[in-house]
Amino acid sequence: MNAIIEVSGVSKSYGGVKANSDISMQVQKGGITGLIGPNGSGKTTLFNSIVGYHPIDKGSIKFEGSEISKLQVPAIARLGLLRTFQQTRIYGAMNCVENMLISMPHRKMTFWDAFSRNDAEQIERAEGLLDFVGLYEKRYLRGGSLSFGQQKLLEFAMALMNEPTVLLLDEPTAGINPTLINGLIDRLKRANSEFGITLFVIEHNMRVIMNMADHIYCLAHGEMLASGGPEDIQNDQTVIDAYLGAH
Amino acid sequence: MTRLMPVIHIVLLALVIAAPFLLPDYRSSLSALWILIIVALTWDLTGGQMGYNSLGNIFFYGTGMYVAAVITIGMAYNVGEYTDAAGGGIFAFTPTQYFMGFGFGLIGAGLFCAACAFIIGSVTFSLRGPYFAIGTLGVAIAAGELVSNWEWVGGGQGISMPNYPGEQERLFTYFSFATVGVVLYIFLRWLYTTRFAAAMNAIRDDEEKAEAMGIHTLRYKLVAWAIAAFFVGIVGAIEAFQALHFEPLETAYQTINLGIFMVVCVLLGGKGTLWGPIIGAIMFHVFKEITWNYFLGWQWVALGALIVVTVVYFQDGLMGWLMSKKPEWFGIRVESRDTPTAEAAE
Repeated sequence: MNAIIEVSGVSKSYGGVKANSDISMQVQKGGITGLIGPNGSGKTTLFNSIVGYHPIDKGSIKFEGSEISKLQVPAIARLGLLRTFQQTRIYGAMNCVENMLISMPHRKMTFWDAFSRNDAEQIERAEGLLDFVGLYEKRYLRGGSLSFGQQKLLEFAMALMNEPTVLLLDEPTAGINPTLINGLIDRLKRANSEFGITLFVIEHNMRVIMNMADHIYCLAHGEMLASGGPEDIQNDQTVIDAYLGAH
Repeated sequence: MTRLMPVIHIVLLALVIAAPFLLPDYRSSLSALWILIIVALTWDLTGGQMGYNSLGNIFFYGTGMYVAAVITIGMAYNVGEYTDAAGGGIFAFTPTQYFMGFGFGLIGAGLFCAACAFIIGSVTFSLRGPYFAIGTLGVAIAAGELVSNWEWVGGGQGISMPNYPGEQERLFTYFSFATVGVVLYIFLRWLYTTRFAAAMNAIRDDEEKAEAMGIHTLRYKLVAWAIAAFFVGIVGAIEAFQALHFEPLETAYQTINLGIFMVVCVLLGGKGTLWGPIIGAIMFHVFKEITWNYFLGWQWVALGALIVVTVVYFQDGLMGWLMSKKPEWFGIRVESRDTPTAEAAE
């Protein structure tokens, strides 16, 4: 196992607020890494820094050994480093199949490829993945008419369609009903084991993250509080204090 | 429905060819309808399919007119001397000069406008939503003012075009517009089945998501606008030959007339569909002709009322209304594995 994402000494402030200060961490290739922390601890800011959503103030971010902190969002996505959103984002006026087809890996697509239709193989793949997340019957409905939980599943399927190397998931189970959560955990684990996608997950649901991740980082007040295996984190007094609000 | 499509298209094409002979008194009106159809279809390419509501597409119309004029005149005479004499009788054009100018003028106008779209777009596409609309409107207004102070192309006086060397000028104009319109329709019908269209739709629905998925958003936006500019430029060029004389502010860069009409046509018919802009253009044209003929003096009031009613109560247009009433006509349905999927293959 080696590090596929290397974050070293990254700082980011918004005006006077230090959202991230001197964060260093690594995501191991092929694993499932978790990122936890109380609300406002800087988890999403760190995600946004990694995927190039905003410039960082200081530090370096490397993906597969090369610096990406100066690249723009679409360029980073085409390298195979993909993210999903906390507020689920899908293409509302397009149906599920269309949502899937346009999520094909754009790094493989030349300009002239845009002027052809999708072939049967891709349509089959799109429908297969919709089946994988349980949306096959609704595939001709518009994305915007699905429930929030179904949109989350669709967004996850779209991410898989893109064949990423690393997938950054921002609260994949938020707003999903408890029965569906088990199914989602199972699918996330299968995406990791069957499709070989490295996962980096922000999650508030402790049961979910302890169940999935092999390594967990905990942020608080924009600083790295602790890191380790699920067992270590669960028993770490500073983490417990941070969550319960003790000082 | 799918099997009927070739028949419907043949009937429509026959109608397009027969129209100026069936209604010989309405040839100019039919030409005006074609202008509306073409500018509405191209406006919808960015406005409806991609979510970028340009109010500056009229820039390409005006620029197309001027490019065609400069090319046609420039191939025979010195443009500066020609405009100094305000197109006086000494500047005669042979039929060869006229048609050479027409051919090269149209192609030149299309290509020049497409290039303009690339250059202007690389700046204006950093704007979103209403800011993009205002930004592009600013470009069109500024262009009108600049050209009206540019004496080489006639300044505020405008510029005159050579007369058509023959009898059937109106038929020639009609079929020029109709050809561009039919080519545009066939082109868009194909384009809307490609991944390019899906990428445009993705940008419309959520541009930030599209970027996060690695879509080359700026590239698609520029190419889409350049395609629109190409066709609008050609339409402007044909109109330059039909108008015989035109000036910059009221005819070429007519932001408050055609520049707004194209948006109203699309809203009336339904954004983001192939047939919406066409149906909308026909509805708008009929409404406009009726008010101009029977309610003269009130025509702008009626038009204003139509725009207000459309924007406030009928935003989705005719096609949007149909889509909400009959979603299954547009392929929106729940389908399990057991039901036959023959239709799904289309």
